[in-house]
Amino acid sequence: MEAASHTGFIVAAYATAGAVIGGLIAWVMLDYRAQRRRLGDLEKLGLKRRSATAQSGETIGRAGT
Amino acid sequence: MAVIDLANPSRFLGFANRIIPWLGALTLVVFAFAISRAMNAPDDYQQGATVKIMYLHVPGAWLGMLGWGLMTMAALGTLVWRHPLADVAAKAAAPIGAAFTFICLVTGSLWGRPMWGTYWVWDARLTSVLVLFLLYLGVIALWRTVEDPSRAARAAAILTLVGALDLPIIKFSVDWWNTLHQPASVLRLGAPTIDPSILIPLLISALAFTLLFAVLLLAAMRNEILRRRVRTLRLLQASTAS
Repeated sequence: MEAASHTGFIVAAYATAGAVIGGLIAWVMLDYRAQRRRLGDLEKLGLKRRSATAQSGETIGRAGT
Repeated sequence: MAVIDLANPSRFLGFANRIIPWLGALTLVVFAFAISRAMNAPDDYQQGATVKIMYLHVPGAWLGMLGWGLMTMAALGTLVWRHPLADVAAKAAAPIGAAFTFICLVTGSLWGRPMWGTYWVWDARLTSVLVLFLLYLGVIALWRTVEDPSRAARAAAILTLVGALDLPIIKFSVDWWNTLHQPASVLRLGAPTIDPSILIPLLISALAFTLLFAVLLLAAMRNEILRRRVRTLRLLQASTAS
């Protein structure tokens, strides 16, 4: 068995899997930050979902008012 | 808390926020152990060191199929019970399942070249896994094309149920047709045909990949719930402004 000649295939397989998994983790983390930021920006405008309003007993705010 | 309570998106968010850090840490530990076991596993008497590719290829294949299996159950949840968390689970699982199927295809190709003398053959097993990958891309494209999440969910659910026919074809392709790919050697009637010195690291690797899949799915579902809340607030903002 020509072990040395196969090292490249093994390294390429692990590098590809590492890159794909790293990409997935990065995508999930960056997406989480982006959604939290967007939600925070909208809530700063006084907007609340109906269910959240019902829980807190507050009224629905208007954007920019 | 009963499992059914998690069907409420707000309760699911609380559960996900609590469990993701712990499950992530456990995944990291099991992955480190799995890599250590894979690197120290003996070479195969026929395939030599290339058997190390199996520790990526087989879990990739299993999780690619598991992802579609979960999406199929979620599709039933969407079409029968119209549960919003089923839509969320199906949408979140698609890119993760696609990524694991991609790992399966690429590592299989890199394993095939030194063992079979070719990167690719159009045999039943390889082709049916490629079809699964294309189905994943189709579902992802469908979710991105249809703007209304509930309409997109119904269309994606139908495609998912049709695509589920590919799962038994993948599993039994090596029995039904004469393929270059080896027959089942772990999940089969009777004992596995792999030596324990190679089988145990493979099972540990599969556990690590499964934990990773679970963490990524929970995190992606959390993101999707937040994305829908953002969409709801933007619609509310537009309606109050007009």
